[in-house]
Amino acid sequence: MKNLFAGLAGLIFGLGLIVGQMVNPAKVLGFLDVAGMWDPSLALVMGGALAVASVGFYLLRGCAQSLLGLSIQLPSKIAVDRPLVIGSLLFGAGWGLAGICPGPAIVLAGAGVSSGLIFVTAMLAGMATYDWLLRA
Amino acid sequence: MIAEEEVVMDGAHFTPFAALIGGLLIGTASVVLLWFNGRIAGISGIVGGLVRPRTGEVGWRVAFLLGLMLAPWLYGVFHPLPEIQVQASTGLLIVAGLLVGFGTRYGSGCTSGHGVCGLSRFSLRSLVATLCFMLVGAVTVFMVRHVLGGVA
Repeated sequence: MKNLFAGLAGLIFGLGLIVGQMVNPAKVLGFLDVAGMWDPSLALVMGGALAVASVGFYLLRGCAQSLLGLSIQLPSKIAVDRPLVIGSLLFGAGWGLAGICPGPAIVLAGAGVSSGLIFVTAMLAGMATYDWLLRA
Repeated sequence: MIAEEEVVMDGAHFTPFAALIGGLLIGTASVVLLWFNGRIAGISGIVGGLVRPRTGEVGWRVAFLLGLMLAPWLYGVFHPLPEIQVQASTGLLIVAGLLVGFGTRYGSGCTSGHGVCGLSRFSLRSLVATLCFMLVGAVTVFMVRHVLGGVA
């Protein structure tokens, strides 16, 4: 049952990325290109997502268990530390170079787009490098 | 004449309604995963958790990712997929992928985990992370397009 809902969530998430055109790297770069012809679409994608998700998180406050009886696992770290900042800066550089972040990368790979497959392979290598170097 | 500092909106490509509906769907997906599975819909974390998998942590992650990969096929049944324009060369895609993979794991999240879920629960860490990757993303595009003149 939990895999069914996880799969459904992934499917809806992917449809959202496609409808919002976030799977088009040129569209994402158009948002990041503030000094050129700026396309604010991505801000509205985030705005729409935040509008729904913030209500979802608010309604769930104080709950220890999910509707399927699973424990609710929220990030426990609170401090803004060096890894958070450096990691996010590196991510931003990669995002700006290709216009692809992890969600759209998986969708593009699923669609069989060759650049998506190349990107996901490199992304997995980057993640494995992190695990190998830094994860306890 | 347009002043240099003025932000010029790309009216031809701005798609407010599609963007908003896409965003509502992404928010809904995050709520489904949170309410039913009790987990944060952060794609880099979901993928990253499969690199060195732990018991009981594989099935739901694989199911979520299969859903993501199935989305273009389901969408394609009803409507042609939107245009996919990749300007980056293979070499650049590899460098970008490595940076995104390493950076999102080191920084504990990406656009979905920090940018949507984290901001939705008013996490200061996620706000800082989102500002960092948005800023560097914009600076990187500025460098590539307006300083280096699109050589990449």
